[in-house]
Amino acid sequence: MEERRKERLDRGIKVCTEGIYAISSWQEMGYLLLPRIALIGGMLALPLVLPIYWQRVISSVCIYSLLALGFDFLAHFIGLVSLGGAFFIGTGGYIAAILNTSLGLPPVLTIPVATMVGGAICTLLLYPCLPLRGVYFAIVTLMYPLVLHRIIEALNVLGGTDGIVGVASFPNRWIEQYGILVIVIISLFGLRRLVNEDIGLVFRGVKDNDQAVKASALSINFYKSIAVFIASALGCLGGAYLAHIYMWSGISQFALDFSIIPIAATVIGGGGTLVGPVLGCFILVPISELLRAFGTLRIVFYSLILVAFIVFRSEGIMVYTERKYHQFERWVEV
Amino acid sequence: MDILIYGIINSFSLALIAIGFSLVYGISRLPNFAHGALYVITGFIVWSLLNFLKINYLLSIILSLIITGIIGAAIYQFILIRVRGMAVSEIIASYAIGLAMLEGFRWGGFKGMTYTLPVFIRGSIEISGIPIDFQRILLVLIGGLVVFFLWAFTHYNRIGLALRGIAQDERAAMMLGIDSDMMALVAMALGSILAGLAAVVLLPMGNIVVEAGYSVLILAIAVCIVGGLGSWVGAILAAFMIGFAQIITVKYIASHFHMVVAFLAIIITLILRPSGLFGRQKELEERV
Repeated sequence: MEERRKERLDRGIKVCTEGIYAISSWQEMGYLLLPRIALIGGMLALPLVLPIYWQRVISSVCIYSLLALGFDFLAHFIGLVSLGGAFFIGTGGYIAAILNTSLGLPPVLTIPVATMVGGAICTLLLYPCLPLRGVYFAIVTLMYPLVLHRIIEALNVLGGTDGIVGVASFPNRWIEQYGILVIVIISLFGLRRLVNEDIGLVFRGVKDNDQAVKASALSINFYKSIAVFIASALGCLGGAYLAHIYMWSGISQFALDFSIIPIAATVIGGGGTLVGPVLGCFILVPISELLRAFGTLRIVFYSLILVAFIVFRSEGIMVYTERKYHQFERWVEV
Repeated sequence: MDILIYGIINSFSLALIAIGFSLVYGISRLPNFAHGALYVITGFIVWSLLNFLKINYLLSIILSLIITGIIGAAIYQFILIRVRGMAVSEIIASYAIGLAMLEGFRWGGFKGMTYTLPVFIRGSIEISGIPIDFQRILLVLIGGLVVFFLWAFTHYNRIGLALRGIAQDERAAMMLGIDSDMMALVAMALGSILAGLAAVVLLPMGNIVVEAGYSVLILAIAVCIVGGLGSWVGAILAAFMIGFAQIITVKYIASHFHMVVAFLAIIITLILRPSGLFGRQKELEERV
């Protein structure tokens, strides 16, 4: 019986474009730039081409993208699996809402302040958990939004179950949508650059072999807290934006939706690529919006997608596409 | 006195809820986040059998426990077996399965306060001035029986001994011819049946609601983490600690803080001593 196996080889042009000499020909530059320009151009064109109903969805897609970026960054570059996306969203949202309603600051100021202060608060609260690994860190971060939800409910602080209403909105929808789209693009490419810098190398070291990092006289907790700060600041930014879009901030921002969808998007899009989670959000969130009429059936639906992807296609869409783009495949006889 | 009595009842219900989760994790290192869903599903199966097929109560309980066991085994055999060993994938996959089941039930119309199970025996007695219905006394008895049965099962039965073998040293057990996957399957089925048993005993005292699935999962995790993941003795002792802590909080602070106790117990234990009070895992595996 003859046996065959699939052989994968890098395309010639991929090898040519790996070094600085890629700028020597238009073809090679095009090969590198095309996917990036397609992504950025596509995202920026969305508010122009979509019908009015779907334009509302763009902002929520972007907020989920920010969370998913943070999740992917923490999980695949630092090795901390955080199931607490809702914790970041809630912290950011409440800070922005308080600054806006009680101090009267405009969104231009509240969003950056909420990002920085929220990131710092989240990092501070998560700091004692940083030595934990794997399952333990995942469980503890899953608990944080739930416990804050219950505490706000029980103590009836921060507006209690009604939340904080009357938060200022954006002047018009163009500012709202382009603002968040540009933020997503900047954070995406910023993070991609960051993980390839020196500090990214240390991050990966923390993930793969923390004892070696320790042996190099680098503080693991220091690097982990920087990473957590970056991820939680992204989440808080999303939360602050959300509070201004819906002109409201309440305990439902600690809901599990914000913890589950980013994870599902990362799994579907392809973990460890940073672009994948964003693409995953652009696929999942509109689907979940389409299914809104079916009520909780949509949660069933995306849970099942999540299980199917994690079990059968754990590489995700982005890794698959990248492979097709960079490599060709052929069957060879063994 | 009422703290003592309600504390004991609450502790036994926590122990019942948590023991299935602890069993599965202890044997196959598989955090079964579908535990809460299995709990609620058993309730709905019993309810359906009682109301649609009009079967005898005892028979429908036994049937539904068997069905839940099969569901648990199927979840392992078809889905979780493929992600064994990848801790994060295990959590996400099992949590997503649980979510799908719970929200599926909610979509299917199982919501509101209309679904209740009858109690086993009606009536109540007074112990030092506090009325306690028979269901709660039965709960304590059944809780004690389950603990005793599990102890006997894992000490004097071939399969039980094999389960303990896998839990203690998987490689050595495999060298002695114990099939690791088969044992994980058995553990998962047994864990699901225990979740179902907890549901059957506890649900007659309230309504069957989807939300119970989430709080049951959290309570189970709280008990197992405080007791040390995978340690059964620890789980039972932790059930008593959290059980009494909850009752005392409700009595002296406010009933809103009922669940906050569980959350704080998880967070504090994980920060101070991640392997729990009685966990036997190596410190280096979970902490840097």
